[in-house]
Amino acid sequence: MVANLKDSPESPIRYAVDADGIALITLDMPGRSQNVLNDSLTGPFRAVIEQAYGDDAVKGLVITSGKRDFLAGADIDGLYRMTDPAEVVAMSDAFKALLRQLETGGKPVVCALNGSALGGGLELALACHHRVALNNPKAKFGLVEVKLGLLPGGGGTQRLPRMIGIQTALPLLMEGKELRVAAAKAQGIVDEVADTPEDLIAKAKAWAKANPKATQPWDDKKFRYPGGDAKHPAVAQMLAIAPSMLRAKTHGNFPATLHIMASVVEGSLVDFDNALKIESRYFAACVVSPEAKNMITTLWYQLNHINKGGSRPDGFERSRFSKVGILGAGMMGSAIAYVSARAGFDVVLKDVSQDGADKGKAYSESLVKKAVSKGRMSKEDGAALLDKILPTGDVQDLAGCDLIIEAVFEDRGLKAKVTQETEAVMDANGVFASNTSTLPITGLAGPSLRPDRFIGLHFFSPADKMPLVEIIKGEQTSAETLARSFDFVQQIKKTPIVVNDSRGFYTSRVFSTYIMEGIALLADGVHPRRIEMAGLKAGMPVGPLALHDEVSLSLSLHIMDQTRKDLEAEGKPLPDAPAHDLIRKMVVDLDRPGKKAGRGFYDYPEGGKKHLWAGLAEHWPVAAEQISEDEIVERMLLAQANETVRCLEEGVLESVWDANIGAIFGWGFAPFQGGPLQYLNAYGLDKAVARLREFAEHYGERFSPATRLVEMAEAGEAFERVPA
Amino acid sequence: MTEAYVFDAVRTPRGKGKKDGSLHQIAPVDLLKNVLVELRDRHALDTSQVDDVVLGCVTPVGEQGADIARTAVLYADWDQSVPGVTQSRFCASGLESVNLAAMKVKSGEEHLVVAGGVESMSRWPMGSDGGAMVMDPRVNAKMDFVPQGIGADLIATLEGFSREDVDAFAVESQRRAAAAQEADHFRRSVVPVKDDVGLTVLDHDETVRGTTTVETLSGLKPSFQQMGVMGFDATALRKYPTVEEINHVHHAGNSSGIVDGASVVLIGSKDKGVELGLKPRARIVSTAVVGTEPTIMLTGPGPASMKALKKAGMTPKDIDLYEINEAFAAVVLRAIRDLDIDPATVNVNGGAIALGHPLGATGAMLLGTLIDELERQDKSTGLITLCVGGGMGIATVIERV
Repeated sequence: MVANLKDSPESPIRYAVDADGIALITLDMPGRSQNVLNDSLTGPFRAVIEQAYGDDAVKGLVITSGKRDFLAGADIDGLYRMTDPAEVVAMSDAFKALLRQLETGGKPVVCALNGSALGGGLELALACHHRVALNNPKAKFGLVEVKLGLLPGGGGTQRLPRMIGIQTALPLLMEGKELRVAAAKAQGIVDEVADTPEDLIAKAKAWAKANPKATQPWDDKKFRYPGGDAKHPAVAQMLAIAPSMLRAKTHGNFPATLHIMASVVEGSLVDFDNALKIESRYFAACVVSPEAKNMITTLWYQLNHINKGGSRPDGFERSRFSKVGILGAGMMGSAIAYVSARAGFDVVLKDVSQDGADKGKAYSESLVKKAVSKGRMSKEDGAALLDKILPTGDVQDLAGCDLIIEAVFEDRGLKAKVTQETEAVMDANGVFASNTSTLPITGLAGPSLRPDRFIGLHFFSPADKMPLVEIIKGEQTSAETLARSFDFVQQIKKTPIVVNDSRGFYTSRVFSTYIMEGIALLADGVHPRRIEMAGLKAGMPVGPLALHDEVSLSLSLHIMDQTRKDLEAEGKPLPDAPAHDLIRKMVVDLDRPGKKAGRGFYDYPEGGKKHLWAGLAEHWPVAAEQISEDEIVERMLLAQANETVRCLEEGVLESVWDANIGAIFGWGFAPFQGGPLQYLNAYGLDKAVARLREFAEHYGERFSPATRLVEMAEAGEAFERVPA
Repeated sequence: MTEAYVFDAVRTPRGKGKKDGSLHQIAPVDLLKNVLVELRDRHALDTSQVDDVVLGCVTPVGEQGADIARTAVLYADWDQSVPGVTQSRFCASGLESVNLAAMKVKSGEEHLVVAGGVESMSRWPMGSDGGAMVMDPRVNAKMDFVPQGIGADLIATLEGFSREDVDAFAVESQRRAAAAQEADHFRRSVVPVKDDVGLTVLDHDETVRGTTTVETLSGLKPSFQQMGVMGFDATALRKYPTVEEINHVHHAGNSSGIVDGASVVLIGSKDKGVELGLKPRARIVSTAVVGTEPTIMLTGPGPASMKALKKAGMTPKDIDLYEINEAFAAVVLRAIRDLDIDPATVNVNGGAIALGHPLGATGAMLLGTLIDELERQDKSTGLITLCVGGGMGIATVIERV
């Protein structure tokens, strides 16, 4: 028996009732690769549910998807537009009423999860009485809303903890963890696993047939909260410290995390329907928050735009290099070898000696060993990955490589030498990329035979973890070289941004304004610990002084001196930088070159925790009058944002999305601000100009607002989100 | 304005607030009954003359719930016309009762009021009443909530009190308390606790350890280090951004003891005293409560004392003897520094580190201890102050009459 009421080609839902009276509801939105919870789905879904419940012949419901994934989640466009909390609450309540109808209608409802169910998709699944998942290695399950500054507003903060307990659910909700099938089963989010798509539907239907009286645990009068509700002593004790633990990481910058915790806790103290309404209120608070708008702007719209090739030149087929040669088997080269091999590339890891190259490969071996022991990689895959890396001391082994990534010491002479000797043996049509973080690419391309196929691929350390690659175009780099490099970066599962050649490119240049401002603050007499704390509160991952110790003060001094020399040679004025004298004093006079030496702004006692060097107060006395923490935070963020605009103005940056994503992924710029340009948007460009002018007057010309910023502020413009 | 006089103060001994504590078998309402009966019988008090009974209780749940003041009045066979109210100002509750009673009398609205408090910490542990400050994540975050011990350790860190400093203070508290017990200084106030059938359960403060030395304390592990590292330190450090790390110096041996106990004080006007033949022992000169920064939480005694002294037209030097509640050693050391007073005038009979701190009852106990000591030394003025949860502070200035 087949009812085709909803089976017009435009219908997002197929509906079929079998001989046993089990209605199979297949979500399959036309014209898109994924099902998304928007009005065009929920309307027909409601109609189908009503039809199923209105039909006495229907004994149970099975919900599945006709797409590769089950259901991707909520309609971000809709949420992004909403600014009225009442509208959000109404929308959230309406969706939840539909789910309540589903779970309290008196017929068993089974979710047949053929693929990923994230966010609202998983919330729909949780509102079913039973979940069967296809053993699909790609499938992921998670309430990931927090990653965009939101919370699961479809009952997720109420159903999940009522299924698996508050203490188990909170980390999943607050970190937006995505679980594979096995983990989801182990956590109790998935009830059954099926091996084939046929088996999936069969198991789902069988359960529906066998459980005609299915009800949700929370609709049972005898329901007891697993692990206890928020009044339970063990939970209450955890709750006393949970906000502290959370904010030790977030510094209060991600309100959604606290809203999630509050929604779960308060919801546990009332009945289920009131709990859902409490959740809607917190959901509304998230949706209208500036943090959510910022994060959606950058981490949704702009990231998607980049992932779709927004910064990739048109007109070139997607391509794939056949063999990757890496020059220099230090930290960086070794990690690039690993990520390349992991993505299936044959890799030649070349160092000056076989021994050095072997040591570089050992890094991959240790990573593989770790992944295998943690069950994240099979032994066979691990062995296959390692087989792809050929360590060598012989330049001839680079024959056939059509991508070279040079990661040798930052020395122009050395780089010129390896460029020439490599070009002599590599594939003549290949691309030569330098992983330099400081030396202009056009200059490095000078000794190259093929400067049009010379490019910068700036990885971040540790390259096996850091998600960004900054692609630098030299003056002569061809569009095709860029397209091929862009493809490679995506193939090794990194996010590419594209910038033009200049000193420090984009990321190093703007990042350095953060650590230099930290030093300027120290020179101004701000208590060093306050500087560090303000950096953390600003949303930066590490305080500027600790960070400077990490990158090393001596390296900073080296770059500064080099820059000074270059600028003098070019007859250009030296930039205003109060930090320079302080760094020179630290490195030269006080012999405190950084963490590696065990002496920088911090002391690094062996086996102990680092602590600020007591001598700082002697050389840079703490001023009696301290500027406010808010002002310190603003100095740090505005310094970076202003420099970012300068990069845009000078053409180093070509797009807003590359600027914002590059900052967040590259050096951890406050994600809740959505990147430096979104920070300016949210701050208000006119206000930012005024504040920068105040700072310029008080603290120096470095704060003088970028011309582009002034022009845009005067024109009442903002930085664009993505091309219309 | 009418003056408020203290006619008498009685208290139970303090029993160790654990399963093996002597008072664990005695219900909190019975602790109160013991002191109410003693107060009545000692003065042949016509209880119908009492306008109100104000009691502090910090954990008013279970057996301590449902207005234990009125419950105890009826249970102790006081006249049914005597009302009772239970309040909580956290650790200040006992002294808050005294101050409220004094205000009632001073205002002329009432003439004879009993003030006091009760806490059976062994039966109803601290925190068993929950509270939005702790268990509501939004409020917890807004207030930058950390447990008191973290605040005490933060005070020690900021003030530079070392582990040796706070331990030495604790040793002195134990020595003074033991000496006071030996000399029977608590004789007048302490009422032995008897059970229903009249058997004595406890007749002395049972947590005093006069043999304590800095060496014996040195082996104790800091109590708040682990929870600090888990997350509370980070919260405190965000608020105190010049502090790089908290020095966790407090432990069970230099913090107030967890104990059970109850106390009552009889406060009234001069006229009422004359009418009932009650002899005033001291006058309540002034009272004060303040709010200070809630995360460090325990710096209230200094400002509260100054506020009370200012109302009295006095300075810290005008006070002969102080009782500064020994919630944690660093709290008292900090208060002594804030007030710039001689440590020899503070807690001369030891304090809560040795004797224990039965939350709701302590303030009224300290009042009794101080009046007894002023009489013994034939001195005139005294000040009682306590640090209080939520960053509050309380103080009461008294004068012998």
